[in-house]
Amino acid sequence: MTPENSYPKMDSTEAIPHFVAPLEETPLQATDKVNEDEAPSSMWKEAWRNLRRQPLFILSALLIILVILVALFPGLFSPLNPANDVCQLQNSNGPAAAGHPLGFTQQGCDVYARVIFGTQNSVTVGVFTTLAVVLLGGAIGALAGYYGGWVDAVLARISDIFFALPMILGAIVVMQLPMFRTSRTAWTLVIILALFGWPQVARITRGAVIEVRNADFIKSARSLGVSRFRALLRHVIPNAMAPVIVVATISLGTFIAAESTLSFLGIGLPPSAMSWGNDIQSAQASLRSNPWPLLWPSFALILTVLSFMMLGDALRDALDPKARKR
Amino acid sequence: MASYILKRFLQLIPVFLGATFLVYYLVFSLPGDPIAALFGDKPVNPAVAAQLRTQYHLDQPFIVQYLLYLKGIFTLDLGQDFSGRPIAAVLGEVFPVTARLAIMALIFEAFFGILFGLLAGLRKGKFFDGTVLVASLIVIGIPIFVLGFLMQFVIGVQLKWAKPTVGAGAPIPDLILPALVLGLVSFAYVLRLTRTSVIENMNADYVRTATAKGLSRSRVVTVHILRNSLIPVVTFLGADLGSLMGGAIVTEGIFNVPGVGNRLYRAVLSGEGPTVVSIVTLLVLVYVIANLVVDLLYAWLDPRIRYDS
Amino acid sequence: MRFSRTSKALGLAAIAALALTACGGGSTNSGSGGGNASAVITVDGSEPQNPLMPAGTNEVGGGKIIDLIFAGLVSYDSSGKKVNELADSITTTDAQNYTIKIKSGKKFTNGEAITAKSFVDAWNFGAAAKNAQLSSIFFEGIQGFDEANKEGSTVDTMSGLKVVDETTFTVALTQKESDWPLRLGYSAFMPLPSGAIKDPKTYGEKPVGDGPYKMDDSGWQHNVQIKLIPNPDYDGPRKAKNGGLVFKIYQNDDAAYQDLVSDNLDVLQTIPTSAIANFKKDLGDRTIEKPYAGNQTIAIPYYLPGWSGEAGKLRRQAISMAIDRPEITKVIFSNGRQPATDFTAPVLSGYDANLPGSENLKFDAAKAKQLWAQADAIQKWDPNQTFTIAYNADKGGHKAWVEAVTNQLKNNLGIKAEGKPYATFKEARNDATKGTLTGAIRAGWQADYPSLYNFLGPIYAKGAGSNDARYDNPAFDAMLNKGLGATSVDEGNKIFNQAQQILLQDLPAIPLWYQVAQGGWSTKVTNVDYGWDGVPLYYNITAK
Repeated sequence: MTPENSYPKMDSTEAIPHFVAPLEETPLQATDKVNEDEAPSSMWKEAWRNLRRQPLFILSALLIILVILVALFPGLFSPLNPANDVCQLQNSNGPAAAGHPLGFTQQGCDVYARVIFGTQNSVTVGVFTTLAVVLLGGAIGALAGYYGGWVDAVLARISDIFFALPMILGAIVVMQLPMFRTSRTAWTLVIILALFGWPQVARITRGAVIEVRNADFIKSARSLGVSRFRALLRHVIPNAMAPVIVVATISLGTFIAAESTLSFLGIGLPPSAMSWGNDIQSAQASLRSNPWPLLWPSFALILTVLSFMMLGDALRDALDPKARKR
Repeated sequence: MASYILKRFLQLIPVFLGATFLVYYLVFSLPGDPIAALFGDKPVNPAVAAQLRTQYHLDQPFIVQYLLYLKGIFTLDLGQDFSGRPIAAVLGEVFPVTARLAIMALIFEAFFGILFGLLAGLRKGKFFDGTVLVASLIVIGIPIFVLGFLMQFVIGVQLKWAKPTVGAGAPIPDLILPALVLGLVSFAYVLRLTRTSVIENMNADYVRTATAKGLSRSRVVTVHILRNSLIPVVTFLGADLGSLMGGAIVTEGIFNVPGVGNRLYRAVLSGEGPTVVSIVTLLVLVYVIANLVVDLLYAWLDPRIRYDS
Repeated sequence: MRFSRTSKALGLAAIAALALTACGGGSTNSGSGGGNASAVITVDGSEPQNPLMPAGTNEVGGGKIIDLIFAGLVSYDSSGKKVNELADSITTTDAQNYTIKIKSGKKFTNGEAITAKSFVDAWNFGAAAKNAQLSSIFFEGIQGFDEANKEGSTVDTMSGLKVVDETTFTVALTQKESDWPLRLGYSAFMPLPSGAIKDPKTYGEKPVGDGPYKMDDSGWQHNVQIKLIPNPDYDGPRKAKNGGLVFKIYQNDDAAYQDLVSDNLDVLQTIPTSAIANFKKDLGDRTIEKPYAGNQTIAIPYYLPGWSGEAGKLRRQAISMAIDRPEITKVIFSNGRQPATDFTAPVLSGYDANLPGSENLKFDAAKAKQLWAQADAIQKWDPNQTFTIAYNADKGGHKAWVEAVTNQLKNNLGIKAEGKPYATFKEARNDATKGTLTGAIRAGWQADYPSLYNFLGPIYAKGAGSNDARYDNPAFDAMLNKGLGATSVDEGNKIFNQAQQILLQDLPAIPLWYQVAQGGWSTKVTNVDYGWDGVPLYYNITAK
């Protein structure tokens, strides 16, 4: 029994139901043509060419550059450094004042400075956790979906186990490992969130790959002598990326927010580390009397997610041969 | 097909062993002494602590504890939690409540997520699409403990449209508000996934063909576009059922739902190995079955995917 | 002491008001507020963590229930004064050997008579290690406890307890303890019917007691509610004035608060931190703020480098004076705490707000800086070192005040300081008991029984179980022992306050504030007051 046998696959002898368009009319043909005719790197090149022209992409890229600048050089954007700034309880929940455009937190700290200086940790957690889960989960999901059979059985069941592990349990155990006990940084959180976040991406990638792998353009690529693994990389994955991009961009936001839940449970960043999540969580206590210390970091979080979401949309449009205007 | 399903069920055995072992080991490695914690602020009485350790097998090495637990499972005895109650009884209390809550949340996120996602996809770049985008951004950007609290305060306390907390027996009307809150973030996922898929499939030639054949717009949309767009959505929903059941700690806390998430959280904090393992094992079962159902749905949604009989 | 004086005045006013209504109404059939005595009151509770056995319950969820379904030898009135329940008399000539006479004719709710044996058997059961009762340590002072409470011991009686006749028994302690009778209202000392000892497991699900209430037939619905109904045979000082109590079980106070403001819950014991700023606005005059026998401190272990000897003492004083307690209690707790001036609590008899040395607990940034510099002259403090205050994040809402305290230390002493959260309480306890803390730890104490000694001996005596700081001062220990040997409680308290003066100089822990119960009630009930321990006097609550 070959591995594919045990898995959903196309049955070429069966009549194709009428609602699937006749093969010669599908846009999939175009994809194949592109791939046959052009040099190997052309797909990405063409995607880039497409991307550059999209206003959506330009806008999102500008926003992301801004966010990254703030993350790297917060001092450029805020004259106050909250690490040295004294938080005075007299200012608790105070309104905006000169030099403090967004008012004060419950502890009497400057909201604007904290949002600016919290960017680094939050963006690190969001972006790198997302990268990690997409790489890890994407690879595992793609292999499981593409090869099927025992590969799928093993990989999918491992992800089932990881899926069911309560994150709080794993996080508490990981956090008390000798290397993390004394120093917890944003990277510790990246490791923990990635460890428990990859199965979701794996499931989505697996589903998308299963959907794509039986498409005719894969068959034709294979019949043209493209190796099985190469076909996965060159043809299957690019066509299966749309849902993965969607999940990744949303997860970016949920990871940043998850950091606040972990901090709340005492297993996140140390209280002195600044992050949007930490601030949102601290501000919750005075939500009804003064919502602003909660809303400003949330707004920063939303803006970041929005920019990555637009980038994801633009990237998907550029990569997807079906949606491409010929 | 039957053999495929059978095979998937056989895979449960290694999954069960792997999951129980891993979870038991994690609980075992939790920092702190669970028995000492039972004494709270008070000094630990060593004699009583020793007695309790023997009672819960905590004086044994890890592997013996694990094997004793496995043995218990095969004799249908899951052991006792730290309050001396049989774990089976605890599971019998929390799982029905949470199952109701999770399924309601799943229905909510599936229905509204797919509906709004479809409409947003069909009207890409229009006003509706933008509105839905903003709504989903808010859901993603504001943590659930804030949104949940706000919805409870506004809908439950001020407008009095629903009870602010869940009453005894967790009746379905009481669970509507918590289910909405629980499903919010997943709703954003479903919505975006549907929208993207719909946009992708809208330009497909078979859709144009179907339209050209004179099929009605609604038939084209529901049968051709939507059905072909659902694979990623269904994958997500299948995986989400388990998360909704086990990960509802925050929502269950806000609305005082006596469910799985809360019990699991408490058991992890107090280091009750058998309770954690029993709950997680049931959750793994939920995942495995949900994923099997999803795999079977693939074939129904996309006729190009077939199962060998 | 602005707060306590006000509250005392209010208390007097309330008593006067009650007296007036009682005279004016002249009715005897219902509560003093003239409410409906048959209505069932819904109050907040938490799931008891152990079977409901008096000596096996050591947390608030179960403790509240035990206190209502049992009556022991004595109970405490709302001011913490000991009043007799079943005890006819408790006498001693030497503070070491006690003779206890109980009232005759009392019964458990299953009809079983309460005799001297009911107490002796219950206490022996609670003390024996083999029964694994979590509060067994409360029988510690009784002769024979060490034999019964040894690891693996099969002895199940204590030699110090002897039944004399149906209503009399004697207790021999291993040493003099003048405040011992004060403890007898604690739940561990309740009598048990014979069935409890035969089958503790079944009993713990549906206990039979002798208190103002008994379990309803629907009893304990786990994680949902516990229903109690009045015990018609009870005629002690805590007679029920309502038709029963339903303890609705909440996972957190925030959810309970939402139920309270929407009238789905009648009484909420503790207003959650998220509502402290608004609860008076939300509830109007349906609120209470009343100090109770609990406090919050920060313990700084002596084993930390730089924190022992003279330098350690100066540093502790500097830290204490660098904390502006009134500012924190005002801003973070909306005045829901009272700045501390000693190591005990103001509701206790014998409390003295102006002990010599209490000036060390007053905010004085300049003095603090100066003391810190003096300590630095003896032993340099590495400026890159961070002073941490450990707390448990799983319950209690300590994050905000710890952050406020560390911010003040940063501002006033110029050192690095931050909170150190532990994910779980047991993790924090683990480091504290093993002596592996890397900084200070927050330590709160809530009295088990209203006695000054309860705030001192178990925490600061050498080798005591909760001595997280590892404080060891022979002069202090000697003073404590002298106090225990005093012939009366009042005499003992004077000596305990002398012992406190030593603590106020050494500051093994830095007292921050006294706890104040902040609670509220619905529009449907009235007559809500709190006891000395911060728990509502449930039996007094009446429906409107």
